[in-house]
Amino acid sequence: MKKSVFLGALTVAGLAAGASAAATLDDVKARGTLNCGVAPGLVGFAAPNAEGEWEGFDVSVCRAVAAAVLGDPTAVEFVPTTGKTRFTALASGEIDMLARNTTWTFSRDVDLKFEFAGVNYYDGQGFMIPRELGISSAKELDGATVCIQTGTTTELNLADYFRANNISYEPVPIETNAEAQPLYLEGACDVYTTDASGLAATRASFENPGDHVILPEIISKEPLGPLVRHGDNDWGDIVRWTLNALIAAEEYGVTSANVDDLAEGTDNPEVNRLLGTEGNLGEMMGLDADWAVRAIKANGNYGEIFEQNIGESTPIGLSRGLNAQWTEGGLLYSPPFR
Amino acid sequence: MATLSDPPSESFQLSKLIRDTRYRSYTFQLIALIALILVFAYLGSNLASNLAEAGLNISFSFLGNSAGYDINQSLIEYNNQMTHLRATLVGALNTLLVAFLGCILATIIGVIVGVLRLSKNWLIGRIMSIYVEIFRNVPVLIWILIIYFVMTAAMPSARDYLGEEPERDLLLGLIAFTNRGVYVPAAVFQPMGWVVLGVFVASIFGAIAYRRYATKLLYDTGRLLPMGWPMLAIVILPALVAFFVLGQPIALDRPDPLANRFNLQGGIPISGAFIALWFALSIYTAAFIAENVRAGILAVSRGQTEAAASLGLRPNRIMNLVVLPQALRVIIPPVISQYLNLTKNSSLAIAVGYMDLTATLGGITLNQTGRAIECILLLMLFYLAISLAISAVMNAYNSAIRLKER
Repeated sequence: MKKSVFLGALTVAGLAAGASAAATLDDVKARGTLNCGVAPGLVGFAAPNAEGEWEGFDVSVCRAVAAAVLGDPTAVEFVPTTGKTRFTALASGEIDMLARNTTWTFSRDVDLKFEFAGVNYYDGQGFMIPRELGISSAKELDGATVCIQTGTTTELNLADYFRANNISYEPVPIETNAEAQPLYLEGACDVYTTDASGLAATRASFENPGDHVILPEIISKEPLGPLVRHGDNDWGDIVRWTLNALIAAEEYGVTSANVDDLAEGTDNPEVNRLLGTEGNLGEMMGLDADWAVRAIKANGNYGEIFEQNIGESTPIGLSRGLNAQWTEGGLLYSPPFR
Repeated sequence: MATLSDPPSESFQLSKLIRDTRYRSYTFQLIALIALILVFAYLGSNLASNLAEAGLNISFSFLGNSAGYDINQSLIEYNNQMTHLRATLVGALNTLLVAFLGCILATIIGVIVGVLRLSKNWLIGRIMSIYVEIFRNVPVLIWILIIYFVMTAAMPSARDYLGEEPERDLLLGLIAFTNRGVYVPAAVFQPMGWVVLGVFVASIFGAIAYRRYATKLLYDTGRLLPMGWPMLAIVILPALVAFFVLGQPIALDRPDPLANRFNLQGGIPISGAFIALWFALSIYTAAFIAENVRAGILAVSRGQTEAAASLGLRPNRIMNLVVLPQALRVIIPPVISQYLNLTKNSSLAIAVGYMDLTATLGGITLNQTGRAIECILLLMLFYLAISLAISAVMNAYNSAIRLKER
């Protein structure tokens, strides 16, 4: 009896191992929840609020996908991942998608066999330095001690930049933003470097933000976006076009407030196709016609999500900058819905 | 009619493997072994096939690629154009450095505390008990962080030492204590400088020879030569003479406050992270070693002490000549495992940004390449190798000093 239970368990384990590569969409529907990998607490991007509910810029992307696929923006199982565990978690099928301010790079896309669904935030690495040092350019940083947050592309950008400019520096690798702040403020490092959005958020939390300057040089391109596994293109399409729907909705003026009215039909064929009153775009993806309506209703369009979580009215206080619509001088440009 | 003969040699039958108690245990052990091998083979093949299915092809070729990141403390030549393997090696050497120095300091503190804890002086005994209880009952990570952050907050900023009219001057014009670390002068050897170093090494051997001679003289004739100042003179004087005769060929590279606007340049910077890690690991492990030492001393029968005292030995000599050599046999085996613990605990280095093996291979390299499984496997292999090496060395030492039974 015992032996047969053991053999049975072995068989089940063997079968389960074989199933993970099947269609992610079917798995998500069967499970009833979307497993979404996020950062383990980065205010503004992904962090649990006072009620214990996850919220943030990246979290909203997960909720929009869940709303589009399952009809319920709360049907998301948030899996906090660290810089080290995120790729293994995605590759092993523990999570269905990863929305964790992850930079889209060649080797991650090609070598690690992932598929980036798009860019939801255009960032770049910058430097912050105390105003009293009187430095106005990163090129004057020869010999400086630089605090770096590890587990990012930051170390490589920094090494490249200093090598290209033929100046030396002393790196101090720090695991988290919280540990780096006291070191920087006590003067254990001269400069703090991370993504410009993170620098702005960090400086906002200082007692005297005006005593610190962010240098004008942005030394890297950091397109952050959600990603999925290679090999399941249908699922990749769903995540990609949900993100595009949020961006297009802002462009066409569709908001969480007016999406229900607009979904009854408008004069604009682009909006009609997006919201499913014309054409059969949802069906092509294996979803129903209202998928985009639900995705937009979940947290609003891209602009609304930005303003709620990291915009100028929030403590993070980021301006749109590169993340404005292409019609307003930014880089956000959704391909057409047709 | 009693005929005595050997019992007929029984022919071997398969059923005996089960029925005969002589063979039964082998049979079952063999079955268990085969089952174990099958289970592990299954788990291994399952892992391999799942990894292949998930697109995680195991490959170590990333080790040959350029690392691309900088490391702030390196015992060997390194720059960011060298390979991940080289970066791994730099990390491994940093791990070994802090483990080696940590083991030495922990042993010194541990032995002193362990002996003093048995002191008849009530105050000293209690203070040592408090030390042991406090340090071994708080996680070592907390000690590392406390020491690091206290150092960062309490020490002066490096900028205080800079410029034409600095707020602070170098200690003796040589050493700077900053919240980034301690800057000490480095010795710069001209060719003749190596001769001075050679003289110094030779005079150390000379001092050892003098000590042997003095011991032999004491045993042979009972005459006691003075030990302290002659040994000091033998070690220092020849090197000093050589130094001045050869025209002062060793210069000091002092930390220079004027070369750079951010940091002192020159000399040897000892980073705050290294000091915090080294010190925290040492005092934490020393608390455990102190207990091992105390246990070892208490294991030596009181009769030994009393016998030594009745021979007229002073307490100091009783401890050094009679008790400690016997106690060592009890102390060494548990101290080996404390050394292993210290080495493995050094992987907490990343908490303060010390670039050890876990921070290079298991940190930045893992992150940049995304090769989690390969990196962790290599990491396990490295730590296993280091630990086994320490075990082997210490076990050899243990068998050298253990009681020779004849």
